[in-house]
Amino acid sequence: MARLNVNPTRMELRSLKNRLATAIRGHKLLKDKADETIRQFMIYIKENKRLREEIESEVTLSLKNFLLATAANGRDVIEEAVAMPSRKVKLKCSTKNIMSVAAPSIEIEESLSTDLYPYSFISVSGELDDSLARLSSLLTKLVRLAEVEKTCNMLAAEIEKNRRRVNALEYVMIPELEETIKYIKMKLDENERGNTVRLMKIKDILRGEK
Amino acid sequence: MPEKIAVIGDKDSVLAFKALGVDVFGARSAAEASDTLKKLAREYAVIFITEDIAQSISDIVERYRVRAYPAVIPIPSSKGTTGYGMSGISKDVERAIGADILFNNKK
Repeated sequence: MARLNVNPTRMELRSLKNRLATAIRGHKLLKDKADETIRQFMIYIKENKRLREEIESEVTLSLKNFLLATAANGRDVIEEAVAMPSRKVKLKCSTKNIMSVAAPSIEIEESLSTDLYPYSFISVSGELDDSLARLSSLLTKLVRLAEVEKTCNMLAAEIEKNRRRVNALEYVMIPELEETIKYIKMKLDENERGNTVRLMKIKDILRGEK
Repeated sequence: MPEKIAVIGDKDSVLAFKALGVDVFGARSAAEASDTLKKLAREYAVIFITEDIAQSISDIVERYRVRAYPAVIPIPSSKGTTGYGMSGISKDVERAIGADILFNNKK
């Protein structure tokens, strides 16, 4: 392992020791964070999977119904029927904090108009009503899916980033610092020994001259 | 904060959403869809894209992954699901955990 390029002095040693302590504490904290983020992620991803399975089958079904309605009534009629929707979906958006990830939190704001069908019932067949009723009951779920799936995306990215940090600390920073501290310690000890030997030698020479 | 929902997809699939009061944008080609998506990203909180189109412009969809808004979510089209949305989930799991532990009992 490469050691850092520093002068082997006592001051350097002290600052390196401080850095090592910080690195170890940071590593521990990040590792705890990784554990907790993964726990949260598992909760969300399970819900995500469940929601998506539900939604995929239901959306497909209601869109198929819609296609049937199109086939039964003719495309122009259907297009005309849905061209002017009688209500407007509004969302209430904010962000919530999950393990310092700014995850979205989305809710449907209830609109005043409850009339779902913007067309007269004479002009089109029942398949369209069915399809729209299904879809509109799905909408809350779809928004929930959007929220959960986005949260999962962001948590996954965060976990990946966090893991990289933990690994960098564990396998690069900390060994490097330890290695350098060891090197400085040995160098200082060596100087100490050299000094002692020199003193003894000088003492011997002085004694010989007497 | 943007507070609207948009749906991008082929005409058959998105028309149904129009009656719900959701803003609907038809897209015939991948280029058209990516242009629409880029334009909508600033104004909408949630953008649903039909799976087949999302698949063809996945590089642009990918770009919005790390931001809180907009949430770009693939949904099945009227032709049924292609499995693209599910593969997104398993990709997430792989990224986070390192191995796909959610789906391995199925394959």
